[in-house]
Amino acid sequence: MDNKAHPLNSFNVNEKGYYGDFGGAYIPEMLYPNVEELRQNYLSVMQEEAFQKEFQQLLNEYVGRPTPLYFAKRLSEKHNTKIYLKREDLCHTGAHKVNNTIGQILMAKRLGKDRIIAETGAGQHGVATATVCALMGLECIVYMGEIDIKRQAPNVARMKMLGATVVPASSGSKTLKDATNEAIRDWINNPTNTHYIIGSVVGPHPYPDMVARFQSVISKEIKNQLQVKENREAPDYVVACVGGGSNAAGAYYHYLDNPKVGIIAVEAAGKGVNSGESAATSALGKMGIIHGSKTLLMQTHDGQITEPYSISAGLDYPGVGPMHAHLYASGRAQFIAITDEAAMQAGLELCKLEGIIPAIETSHALAVFETKKFKKDDVVVINLSGRGDKDLNTYIDYFNF
Amino acid sequence: MNRIQSHLNKDKKLLSIYFTAGYPNLGDTVPILQSLEANGVDMVEIGLPFSDPLADGPTIQASSTQALKNGMTTQKLFQQLQGIREKITIPLIIMGYFNPVLQYGVEDFCKKCHEIGVDGLILPDLPLAEYQEHYQEIFEKYGLVNVFLITPQTSNERIREIDSASNGFIYMVSSASVTGAKKGFGKDQINYFERISKMNLKNPQIVGFGISNAQSFATATKNANGAIIGSAFIKMLSTKGIEGIPEFVKDLR
Repeated sequence: MDNKAHPLNSFNVNEKGYYGDFGGAYIPEMLYPNVEELRQNYLSVMQEEAFQKEFQQLLNEYVGRPTPLYFAKRLSEKHNTKIYLKREDLCHTGAHKVNNTIGQILMAKRLGKDRIIAETGAGQHGVATATVCALMGLECIVYMGEIDIKRQAPNVARMKMLGATVVPASSGSKTLKDATNEAIRDWINNPTNTHYIIGSVVGPHPYPDMVARFQSVISKEIKNQLQVKENREAPDYVVACVGGGSNAAGAYYHYLDNPKVGIIAVEAAGKGVNSGESAATSALGKMGIIHGSKTLLMQTHDGQITEPYSISAGLDYPGVGPMHAHLYASGRAQFIAITDEAAMQAGLELCKLEGIIPAIETSHALAVFETKKFKKDDVVVINLSGRGDKDLNTYIDYFNF
Repeated sequence: MNRIQSHLNKDKKLLSIYFTAGYPNLGDTVPILQSLEANGVDMVEIGLPFSDPLADGPTIQASSTQALKNGMTTQKLFQQLQGIREKITIPLIIMGYFNPVLQYGVEDFCKKCHEIGVDGLILPDLPLAEYQEHYQEIFEKYGLVNVFLITPQTSNERIREIDSASNGFIYMVSSASVTGAKKGFGKDQINYFERISKMNLKNPQIVGFGISNAQSFATATKNANGAIIGSAFIKMLSTKGIEGIPEFVKDLR
């Protein structure tokens, strides 16, 4: 976790809650007291020694951090470059999501909240939220699109076993964006005792910054681990998949202001960027407002938000965190769109070469080698954001195992 | 004095109706407006439908989804409202979410409203600070009133700030909730209505959210200058259509 003030002209958020032209808090007045309370308190709470101690201890002993930075020898040989995998898939609950939910549940307790709400798409963030609520003994309500509930039955069962109430979002397209709308409506209806644990670097300021800071432990560890392994803190490239973008924000965080580090963001092209079934927001989106944030957004000419598509439920979001919109617009990061097919093949390749079954979200990042060639002595860090257990059915259906 | 201010100066409790443009049928916008005025409604909020209306309950969500399916767009709404000032005189406000306005172009949108004779806008997700920094000048250039919301959780200090930034009325959200008819008001709401009334704000207050019948209208307007009915009106339209308007309005007062 990083609790320092951001330097000026940084790629981080400014004092008004913007990353360049993106960000802000476009929220109805009903949410203003809650979001303002969080904005006024989040940095000072994070700076408390007791908070940091508790957060660190839980990350170490409960989540299992630091996660390894693993040199992938066979994958490196195959692609003729030096590839390191940051093993977020080894976190408790199977993905990086829990770094954020641990931080936010501690924040919620400091703010005196006893009821937690969250949205979830594939169910990973829902499970990570239900987990920390069980840990802290707080009431947990998870909103999930009706369609996703049917697609992700094992995660629904996990949340219920962990004591959470799963509420179907039956409005709109009945997927992640609608689950987010429902969570926001719940917060409007419960303005005093409830904290909303947003699962990514999206939503109104200060959420994108707060979530990025909680996830920044990823790049903090990469720096230390690379120092030991390569005698340098900074890789030549850091690569991550971007849906909302929380694992990417964490992996980039400590390298944002170091121009020597190439930042690569991999989005889901679905069946092809121009196929009409895609989630490649940077390529297809225009500046707009979604879930309280001004960012790049897939929408109609008339400003109606459109439904994205990806084989990976975690990348299936019509917007992108405002930090990433700024990294794209400023040219700081290179954005690559990877199709379902390329991602699935890259996921399978990692299984065969390294004995690691990645989440399909992560498989998109692994497919970077299909479109970009690196030099032999480049150090490329891929954030292995999650494990593939949750995706077994999709892998089975796709490859007919 | 703008049309909203002059209407609010009248010595009666103002009845305002919200409906979603393009619902139940695409072409209903103008007939609904004419019927509302003919039946004594004092002001109308025309809802510009949005795919993700996060401050709205199920009724307005469903009407928005249907309106979009029917083909309603910003441009279409402006086409329908062309010449509306030859037909009706009551104040008209467009209420919607900020993204469609942003995509149309804020200045183009305001200009078009001015040309048509729309008097004001309610954009719940355009916050006060953003408005003041980026858009207030444009709204004022085209003589548009921007209406802000307050809720029972809004601090007195912020209410004063909103009051000084307003030039039409303040939209008092009755309780911590999204839109959608509830049954009457409890003690908390009545205390809130009285608290705001005692603040002696420069702008009149109109209460919205949770008003569905004559009783809740009377309670809401005991202290405030008027009240807005939305979801209950849309529910009525769903079953009875435009023909149901006279009876619906008559039953409210």
